[in-house]
Amino acid sequence: MRRMSVTNLVALALGLAFLYAPIVILVVYSFNASRLVTVWGGWSLRWYAVLIEDRAMIDAALASLGIAIASAALATLLGTMAALALTRMRFRGRLPFAAMIYAPLVMPEVITGLSLLLLFVAVDLDRGFFTIIIAHTTLTMCFVTVIVQSRLIGFDRSLEEAAMDLGCPPGRTFFAITLPLIMPAVVAGFLLAFSLSLDDLVIASFTNGPGATTLPIRIYSEVRLGVKPEINAVCTIFIAVISVVVITASLIGKSRDQGRGPPLAT
Amino acid sequence: MARRLIHARSGGAFSLGTKLTVAAPYLWLLGFFLVPFIIVVKISLSETALAQPPYAPALDVAAGWQGIQDFFAGLSFANYLTIAGDNLYVFSYLKSLKVAAVSTAILLLCGLPLAYAMARAPRAVRPLLVTLVVLPFWTSFLIRVYAWINILQRDGLLNQVLMWLGLIDQPTTWLATDTAVYIGLVYSYLPFMVLPLYASLEKLDETLLEAAADLGCPRWKAFFAITIPLALQGLGAGALLCFIPIVGEFVIPDLLGGSDAVMIGQTLWMDFFANRDWPVASAVAVMLVGLLMVPIAVYQHLQTREIEGR
Repeated sequence: MRRMSVTNLVALALGLAFLYAPIVILVVYSFNASRLVTVWGGWSLRWYAVLIEDRAMIDAALASLGIAIASAALATLLGTMAALALTRMRFRGRLPFAAMIYAPLVMPEVITGLSLLLLFVAVDLDRGFFTIIIAHTTLTMCFVTVIVQSRLIGFDRSLEEAAMDLGCPPGRTFFAITLPLIMPAVVAGFLLAFSLSLDDLVIASFTNGPGATTLPIRIYSEVRLGVKPEINAVCTIFIAVISVVVITASLIGKSRDQGRGPPLAT
Repeated sequence: MARRLIHARSGGAFSLGTKLTVAAPYLWLLGFFLVPFIIVVKISLSETALAQPPYAPALDVAAGWQGIQDFFAGLSFANYLTIAGDNLYVFSYLKSLKVAAVSTAILLLCGLPLAYAMARAPRAVRPLLVTLVVLPFWTSFLIRVYAWINILQRDGLLNQVLMWLGLIDQPTTWLATDTAVYIGLVYSYLPFMVLPLYASLEKLDETLLEAAADLGCPRWKAFFAITIPLALQGLGAGALLCFIPIVGEFVIPDLLGGSDAVMIGQTLWMDFFANRDWPVASAVAVMLVGLLMVPIAVYQHLQTREIEGR
């Protein structure tokens, strides 16, 4: 193991400070007793108390959570299928399929949102939570595909082939061998889909209907009016939830990876 | 060989599962990605109407062949001519391209040293560093932009610190300027730049650098002669992963930027939500995709090579 040079250490320290300082400041100020968001008035939980009273905000948060769980589940299913199709199968129209998987990853959100809304209007589908779930699934399944795909390419095909040579039907081979091996990537894909959906403002703004307000839409309408201490508190809770989920997931992934040793042990 | 045998042996069950595995995501993307885009193209050729939905002509299938003929006769390029002739739109496109190019350049300058330092860190701490860079990305995009409003506002922390340091006498306006937009963009997109760069720098064979050093090559020269060319693919992927979405970015310029020169994502949003001019908004979207077609194709090429070339 080599020592790091001073320049590299400085680059790391500056980079991480830049990434974390705004978030830390936001969290600290959510515990500020003062109504003025820029003057420090001592520690307090008063904005969290205000938040518990805010029915509209809680409803929006619950709606967002429901949409995120539903669309992430659907996206994980479809995304994993797409990853299997791309890595394991030869079929006609494979190239356009790959193009449709990679395009949404970089497509500006305003375009994805606008086009889905126009589809829903064209087929006369009532807009609401359901349409947001469809929109989020379409976007996030592509991220799931990319994650699962890289895992599928990375692992040893001979296990699957051995199972099938021994007469294990392909369906069972998938559930007994392939799925357990790609599980960390599937879980990671689900979590990414979940957090992308929870986070999305633009696509949800296009595809929501009257009464279907998600947390980002709610936060956005408040933020446009300026900084408010309650919003700092909402954001802090949001960050705490996401951090706990991500750290737990990465610990699970790690212990699985380490315990993998000889692949058949799992 | 073995696979083909198995294929033949297990017959029906395999092909049914296979078909479903391909068909389900394929049909989903056709229905919810491709078809919607075709509808956007169609509506961009329609006229604005005071109706629900607010555009004409609508395809009247019940009227049979005559309906289809009427439908095509009603399409026109008027919206595109409007956009091309209106300075507001032209400036909007140019502004978006400029902002995306400048911020991608800044991202490269900031991301490269960071990714390089991560790749040169002791092997044991590298996963931790990757997690640390990715973690802010997991917390909400909107919240990260909002955090900067806290800092950049007139009596915010940045002005307080600068005044305390004696660098400025009175508060400077940061919010509603291009500087604020650049800060927000660089902050939000940094992980997208760092991760592909790190991935390609980490694979770099260190003995090449040692050989160069042994032969008397200065370290900065080795960096430009060896490291950069070998990391070019990650560099390209990272740059495009930032450039393409930034061109169409809405939230960051809307919350941090001023109202004098808006980016094309904001123009589209206003046409759609404020003016309720769906056909023009659609035409703006189609032209934006046209503008991004080449970078998207290059990105897809790099992505396919990265995933399938290993």
